[in-house]
Amino acid sequence: MSLGKTEVENISRLAAIAVEKHEVDEVAAKLSNILDLFSQMEAANTDGVEPMAHPLDQVQRLRPDVVTATNQREKLQTVAPSTDNGLYLVPQVIE
Amino acid sequence: MHNLTIKQMSEKLQAGEITSVQLTQHYLDRISKYDSELNAYVTVTPELAISMAEEADKRIAAGNAELLTGIPIAHKDIFCTDGVKTSCSSKMLDNFIAPYDAHVVTQLKKVGMPILGKTNMDEFAMGSSSESSYYGPTKNPWDHKAVPGGSSGGAAAVIAACLAPMATGTDTGGSIRQPASFCGITGIKPTYGSVSRFGIVAYASSFDQAGPMTRSAEDSAWMLTAMAGFDERDSTSLQRDAVDYSAELTNSLKGLKVGVPAEYFGEGLDPDVETLVRAAIAEIEKQGAEIVEVHLPNKDLAVPSYYVLAPAEASSNLSRYDGVRFGHRCDNPKNLQDLYERSRSEGFGAEVKRRIMVGAYALSTGFYDAYYLKAQKLRRMVRDDFTNAFEHCDVIMGPVAPTPAFNIGEKTDDPTSMYLADLYTIPVNLAGLPGISVPAGFVNQRPVGLHIVGPYFSEAKLLNIAHQYQQVTDWHTKTPAQYQ
Repeated sequence: MSLGKTEVENISRLAAIAVEKHEVDEVAAKLSNILDLFSQMEAANTDGVEPMAHPLDQVQRLRPDVVTATNQREKLQTVAPSTDNGLYLVPQVIE
Repeated sequence: MHNLTIKQMSEKLQAGEITSVQLTQHYLDRISKYDSELNAYVTVTPELAISMAEEADKRIAAGNAELLTGIPIAHKDIFCTDGVKTSCSSKMLDNFIAPYDAHVVTQLKKVGMPILGKTNMDEFAMGSSSESSYYGPTKNPWDHKAVPGGSSGGAAAVIAACLAPMATGTDTGGSIRQPASFCGITGIKPTYGSVSRFGIVAYASSFDQAGPMTRSAEDSAWMLTAMAGFDERDSTSLQRDAVDYSAELTNSLKGLKVGVPAEYFGEGLDPDVETLVRAAIAEIEKQGAEIVEVHLPNKDLAVPSYYVLAPAEASSNLSRYDGVRFGHRCDNPKNLQDLYERSRSEGFGAEVKRRIMVGAYALSTGFYDAYYLKAQKLRRMVRDDFTNAFEHCDVIMGPVAPTPAFNIGEKTDDPTSMYLADLYTIPVNLAGLPGISVPAGFVNQRPVGLHIVGPYFSEAKLLNIAHQYQQVTDWHTKTPAQYQ
């Protein structure tokens, strides 16, 4: 399977990763190679096979609804690129 | 001092013949001397190491030490370490000082193991050669032209070169076992869910599993006992009683049924690797094991299935790197979308971007059934192959990788050729089974490992077999000449 420029642009948007114009051909070629690898799955007969999400077929564990972690906002925000007054700062969203 | 076994180190520490400070300083000195040529450490933490060693010495003096108290350790840079940079070998996290400890780090701190530093790896654990690190490739101590394997390549290299006596690793598609094989050390990936994933930077959560990387199986047994156990902070942590993984080490191998899958000795396997692996199996047969032929017919479907599922999980897990709460942020973003897209484009390396994009594509509208759902069905077929095989044998043996360590740069231009080199390790992750790599000889001065895979929760048995093999062989004791 061979990906074109439009598909790479779409994938770039889905993944929220900018792809520069000069990179498009190489990205398309390498992604296409990986999709060729995926095509090996087509021939396998999977009729009646249940998809497997967890190796031991475990289900989500439940716990009592009680407070565990305490507020650590200051500590956690020490690694943030930009904060003010306990808030994370980003470029203006609403005009 | 670095040529002692962990048991000998521990005995000398307890007897007061050496102190943890002396032992830790010895390794720090070796790191200063040798690591510039190997690039196995991303961060070295001498002050932390010495202060932890001082605490360990106090504990030993007070008489309440455990077996591993005072033995220094290196953590893969994927484990969060409170107050210490945790980069996952990515530019994205180059400025990230972890605000808490991973569960594994907490467990080993409790035991009193001084932290020497953080080891190099493939960026976000995505790779099989440690070449995709933002900090440059790690070299194989046996041959500086060769890769150490990956993604836990730094961890394997520090054990092989005696720049740490013990190291942690993680294994998503072979990332403990393949570098262990390439560097001639022992490394075990436990059953999925045995070791908590809390505080391990996530790659593919339904596969990621941490384990020990050490010289011998005996060392791994003790370290795994300290690492494993239920942790309520990991939603997939298994609720089981604590296990002593060293309990079966000295058991006899008489009557052990070893399954040898024909499919693991087919096309693509280096004939010299095959000779060594078969010789290792013969050695185990000599100890009273019985060899039976088994079949894993869906082996070839494992690699494509894994490279759909793991990138799909990665595309979701790595969406947290958005330039807002932590990690790299681009300069002068035009708007929020530009902030996301450029921060991620600048912060991630080529292979990580490829896997996120492939994963996003596989999960996108119109492709989900053909890729993700199909891969999940194949995952069950691969798991069922093992279940069927284990009806005829106790463990399965074969190669870890089709070749010894390849050269640095040899596979970097062709990502899919790198993927295919994981064909023996990936099925084990798909099934969530435990597997171990045990040093089994050399091809052209490059080490080769024997792969032993067992049913769920058979870690103690795998370590028993590896330990018995290491009683009659000395491959695991070899050190490259310049690091002796």
